[in-house]
Amino acid sequence: MRSNPEASWGLKLAALGGLLFLHVPILIIFLYTLTPDETTYTFPLPGITFKWFGVAWQREDLWRALTLSFQVAAVATVAALILGTLAAAAVYRSNFFGREAISFLLILPIALPGIVTGIALRTAIGGFDIPFSFWTIVIGHATFCVVVVYNNVLARFRRMQGSQIEASMDLGANSIQTFRYVILPNIATALLAGGMLAFALSFDEVIVTTFTAGQQSTLPIWIFSQLVRPRDRPVTNVVAMFVMLITFVPIFLAQRLSAQNSDTEGETK
Amino acid sequence: MLNRASTYLYRRPRLALALLLGPPMMYMVVVYLGSLFNLLVYSFYSLEGFTGLIVRKFTLSTYAQLFEPANLDIFKRTTMMAAAVTFADALIAFPLAYYTAKFASPRLKTWLVIAITMPLWSSYLVRVYAWKLILAQEGILSWFINLLHLDGVLNWLLGFESIGGSSLALSPIGLFIVFVYIWLPYMILPVLTSLERVPKSLLEASGDLGAKPLQTFRAVILPLAFPGVVAGSIFTFSLTLGDFIAPIVLGNSKFFIGMAVYSYQGTAGNIPLAAAMTMGPIVIMIVYLLLARRLGAFDAL
Repeated sequence: MRSNPEASWGLKLAALGGLLFLHVPILIIFLYTLTPDETTYTFPLPGITFKWFGVAWQREDLWRALTLSFQVAAVATVAALILGTLAAAAVYRSNFFGREAISFLLILPIALPGIVTGIALRTAIGGFDIPFSFWTIVIGHATFCVVVVYNNVLARFRRMQGSQIEASMDLGANSIQTFRYVILPNIATALLAGGMLAFALSFDEVIVTTFTAGQQSTLPIWIFSQLVRPRDRPVTNVVAMFVMLITFVPIFLAQRLSAQNSDTEGETK
Repeated sequence: MLNRASTYLYRRPRLALALLLGPPMMYMVVVYLGSLFNLLVYSFYSLEGFTGLIVRKFTLSTYAQLFEPANLDIFKRTTMMAAAVTFADALIAFPLAYYTAKFASPRLKTWLVIAITMPLWSSYLVRVYAWKLILAQEGILSWFINLLHLDGVLNWLLGFESIGGSSLALSPIGLFIVFVYIWLPYMILPVLTSLERVPKSLLEASGDLGAKPLQTFRAVILPLAFPGVVAGSIFTFSLTLGDFIAPIVLGNSKFFIGMAVYSYQGTAGNIPLAAAMTMGPIVIMIVYLLLARRLGAFDAL
């Protein structure tokens, strides 16, 4: 591969500035988990302590919220994987009337402000006298998770050779076999990437959740209530750091995976 | 049996299509569009002032309330904030996306893409929270500003009635910074995608034909990257329009659309007015999406 031309210093600086702006604020939270100051956000920190990690670990309400968030995200992701893949397959394989409308419909939940989805679902759910529960949270989350999987899978389908599927069918494989041995390996990383993104979206979603949750609180709802009425500032810092770290590992792995995948694709060209 | 079924379906693409499309469309049309439609219906109801009950009779009076000066103010404030945030995000996103797409070595590029995508997937709330720490009056930014002896400039900025406030954490300036920060990755990624699609040969051709780098940038790269900017702006604009978390956590008491909807629906129990209010952003976004599609933004998503 030919080496790239050099970027100008101005461009490099601007790019670096953007990058720092994206990441430095999070590090500030990490710093504040060590503050002994319970009531203000004084900087420089008046001292250093590690006791808040222990305090957070003991909190029952945090564990409940964490468990709920995990369960909701898992179920919403599975639903999104199924619905998103089906929609992507339909849009990819045939050219039918209203195909554009489907992309449009699927993108609406993330294109429209979250509060619209939230209040619409709340009004509808309330109108049918359905109790707000685990499942109402999942229903809300699935609406905006579908499009993420759909986009990822559809993009992969478009890069895939259609002739592979035909060849498989010509060689006598049935639909299920073709899906298992030809399509699935091709879209596996797209599914993984889409699934991870859907999971992360659901795990940290707060806007729609405030409308579709009943009494239970997910981890983001817990944090939000702390932001509105700060009662446990140091514990909130620890939880915030924990949320960052727990989403970091799987997202990072999925990213590496799909990056490697596109690298190899680039080499064969 | 399985083979027969598969052949049967292969011969009937319409049926296969219906089977594929059925579940996602059932979900999206019934649950999602159904709820939206229901919301639309509610916006034509009204709230009985004394009893606080919803009157289920068609009326336009709820919509009329939207045109009261207080509510018009909310619309104006929110739309202007969304536009300012979108513009600032495009400005910050472009150099980073451009460098990543066209100048970074493949190895560096992999890392940059990860660095850009990570914040998009990481917790939005936590990222808002970070700024509560940073912007606090006793916090790190004030400390830094004092260190540079720029507190005079800050106070001068905060002195403006429309954008200022008692401190950074409680002013529209602070809120603006937070919005720019949290939606930035949504702008960078589509711009990056559209820049990556610009073939290298095109840039080389432009150079070979005698264009200076700046000319190539203006005449070739910018027009081709524009759909990406529009695609990104869909997110930055829409997300700012509907957000109520950041204004609640950081703003002063001035209402934004999302906050107004939240409080009408919640504490006031006025679902019709909340519903009518959400029609504002819905209409704005649908117009925006239709425009964006004409500009080719959907391909850059």
